[in-house]
Amino acid sequence: MSGSAGHLVVLPILLPLIASAIMLLLDERQRKAKNAISLATHIAMFGVAVMLLAQTVQLGFSGNSATRVYLIGDWAAPYGIVLVADWLSSLMLLLASVLGLASFIYATARWDRAGPRFQALHLLQMMGLNGAFLTGDLFNLFVFFEILLAASYGLMLHGSGTKRVTIGLHYVSINVATSLLFLIGVGLIYGISGTLNMADLATIILGTRGTELTLLQSGFAVLGVAFLIKAGMWPVGFWLPRTYATAVPPAAALFSILSKVGIYALMRVYLLLFTDEGGWPANFGGEWLLYGGIATLIYGTLGVLAARTLSRVAGYCVMISSGTLLGTIGASDGAVLGGALFYLVSSTLGIGAFYLLLELVERRETEASVRTIVEPVFEDEYTGARPAEIADEVRIVIPATIAILGGGFMFCALLLSGLPPLSGFIAKFAIIHGLLNLHETISPAVGLLVALMVISGMATLVATTRAGIDLLWTPSDRPPPPLRLTEAVPIGFLLLVCLGLMVFAGPTMRYMERTGISLQDRQGYVNAVLGADSSTAEPGAAPQ
Amino acid sequence: MELVLALGIGVFTASGVWLILRPRTFQLVLGLCLMSYAVNLFIYAMGRLRVDAPPLVNSEKVVDAAQYADPLPQALVLTAIVISFAMTALLLVLLIAARGLTGTDHVDGEDEE
Repeated sequence: MSGSAGHLVVLPILLPLIASAIMLLLDERQRKAKNAISLATHIAMFGVAVMLLAQTVQLGFSGNSATRVYLIGDWAAPYGIVLVADWLSSLMLLLASVLGLASFIYATARWDRAGPRFQALHLLQMMGLNGAFLTGDLFNLFVFFEILLAASYGLMLHGSGTKRVTIGLHYVSINVATSLLFLIGVGLIYGISGTLNMADLATIILGTRGTELTLLQSGFAVLGVAFLIKAGMWPVGFWLPRTYATAVPPAAALFSILSKVGIYALMRVYLLLFTDEGGWPANFGGEWLLYGGIATLIYGTLGVLAARTLSRVAGYCVMISSGTLLGTIGASDGAVLGGALFYLVSSTLGIGAFYLLLELVERRETEASVRTIVEPVFEDEYTGARPAEIADEVRIVIPATIAILGGGFMFCALLLSGLPPLSGFIAKFAIIHGLLNLHETISPAVGLLVALMVISGMATLVATTRAGIDLLWTPSDRPPPPLRLTEAVPIGFLLLVCLGLMVFAGPTMRYMERTGISLQDRQGYVNAVLGADSSTAEPGAAPQ
Repeated sequence: MELVLALGIGVFTASGVWLILRPRTFQLVLGLCLMSYAVNLFIYAMGRLRVDAPPLVNSEKVVDAAQYADPLPQALVLTAIVISFAMTALLLVLLIAARGLTGTDHVDGEDEE
């Protein structure tokens, strides 16, 4: 690590933290200033994520180790807290910042006024996400999980109303209980191994035997359950579609990456820690992931077909996407990671865009009811726009609004159901191709998984087509609501990124494959983290 | 001492689990509270139970690690306490908001009858 460039790794956490602290100093009436600062922070985070990814690519493809380690307070691992930016982290950071930027721009159109402190919550959510993707030890993973969850409680309740409060009560309770499971897992692991640094753990646990091994595995199993609840696996994911459907659209769009944090944590922890070296079961928990993934896929497919509102359809799409990823990771022990990661990125962006879009599509039906949900809860809260502000807004009234919405809707539907030529198809194809070539003979479970992936795609297509015909083709006597530029741009941005994934599928796939290989290279990660030098020239100068 | 602590954790957890399965919001909050106490004690116990052993090392004396308690679980518990405290506060606000909006303290916002 050299010079100021080394500090790039910590910026995705610091920037939103500082900006959200500034937000608290500003009054709710200074909405323009708040939005300007938040937007600048989101753009800066996006820039930092792009730079980190470029660094990874530059380092990685030139044959060096792409894993960059940032020692907080310059304490060496495993005693200090480390941030690790490697292939997977850089990818997830960029994905989070793209989604964050899009959902924030969308929210500035009107949802930021539905409740207090939207900007601060949104930024803290980003901070939690970025931190969870960067951290190199289990306890800080817990802390960043809590930060992103605490912010997500706020975003979930944003806009208030009876429905959000009741569903929010469920959401908060489930997640508080999940956090307790997380802590039990972390506690057990620490009690046996004496460390929580992931790189250190990877070396230490190889020597565990006997009853200690049983306890350690119980610890990882409890931890795994906590991750799976976040990822929305059947039977612990029932909360997901309902919660996401109740949240305001920009929050729901951001939530589409929340369930992927659970999957990220699984990939990070399980692929790093469990190998066949030293008598450990090579694929610890793999069968659970495979069968859990299959069950999630079945539940998601049925749910998509049964759902009567589009936001429910989107929620079940999140479950289908989780199921596909869990099943793939479980079936292959990380061998088909390239395709799985491609699918993760493509489906997260697709679902995010879908959540934003479906509000616009459904607005024709619900325009009148939106205003009534908004009720002030706090004294300084400022609900509804002043009439003068509405007049100031830049609007484009296009006669062909519905054509644009319809086009976007179709794009999303194709993306989510995985039809050619969009990136969803490429990703699913890569997964299925990988799974079928994994072994000489295809096991029944893997065959079922592949079949379910195809069927779930078809179910998504049926559900979205049905809803699309209902919402877009049915003649309405009301004129289509004006489409604001700030609402169209972020959706366009997300869909453009998906289009980019399709056009540049070759380079993207190379990156994903390389990420998969880096996750298999445990020793590289361990060496990079534990061997990280202090950046100052004075070793041992740590403060007493 | 181990037995007392283990029983304490067990009783807390059992009561907590029973309470969070109850249909009233206040029972839910209390249940989560009890469970978080149990988890905090559990993490603390994971650093092994030691009597008369300070967690802080006095740098002037010769350091023998065996004389000291493990400070890390204590730091972890502190973090966990702060987080669960904040979450409980949020849950209480939600409980009151839900009671006010729905007129019932049932967790689903409506009584079955």
